[in-house]
Amino acid sequence: MGPSTAQQNRGLTAVEGAMALIVLLLMVQVWLLSATLDAFLAGHRDTAVPGAIVSGLLFLACGGLYRFVVRLERQAKREPDP
Amino acid sequence: MKPLWKEEFSVRIADERYVSRRQLTKFLTLTSLGMFVGNLWILAKSWMRQDASYPVKAIAQRGEIPVGGVKLFDYPGPRDQCLLVRTAEDSYVAYSQKCTHLSCAVYYSAQANRLECPCHQGYFSIRDGSVLQGPPTRPLPRVVLERRGSELIAVSMQNQPEA
Repeated sequence: MGPSTAQQNRGLTAVEGAMALIVLLLMVQVWLLSATLDAFLAGHRDTAVPGAIVSGLLFLACGGLYRFVVRLERQAKREPDP
Repeated sequence: MKPLWKEEFSVRIADERYVSRRQLTKFLTLTSLGMFVGNLWILAKSWMRQDASYPVKAIAQRGEIPVGGVKLFDYPGPRDQCLLVRTAEDSYVAYSQKCTHLSCAVYYSAQANRLECPCHQGYFSIRDGSVLQGPPTRPLPRVVLERRGSELIAVSMQNQPEA
């Protein structure tokens, strides 16, 4: 027996929440990259290190959310037919 | 052995929504990795750039150009055109001629005492190269000058953008 439809829907809601969070983090990362690039092109090099650190942390957060989505999918998967 | 229909349709219809969402999440995470790599690239470039050194080059003789006059020269490389302006009897300034907006050549307007970009009406201060008006957001790179005897020497650049 696989999970019920209610369980499936709950899992999907969690997945969609994680996706929304990833999109939000990605938007911050795009802004961060453009701001760091702008500062770099203007000749300011002191923003490169904090920019890379924060971008790395955001990537790790995205990776963590991706693993969360994969885990939810595994939990929600129905058992194969005999 | 799996039946053929199972090979053709490997994902159950109930699981398909999970699979499509997982694939999109994977794509977004890889995009995030791309952003991170971009930031690392900027970091690497800025570390490499710190080691950059500028040549010392004689660009003009004192009194070679009149007050309000301009002389063009190349610095630091042969393709980096700059302009030297004599703003007063004993005052010289030099800037890159490349506008920081879209790289048009700027010129000195003696009447307005500023550097002007004819392409999009970007104006720069002759005092420090800062933006006075127009679309540019960054100041003009300034050539640092030294006087050695009767010669004006370019020794480095300030606010130098990346190539």
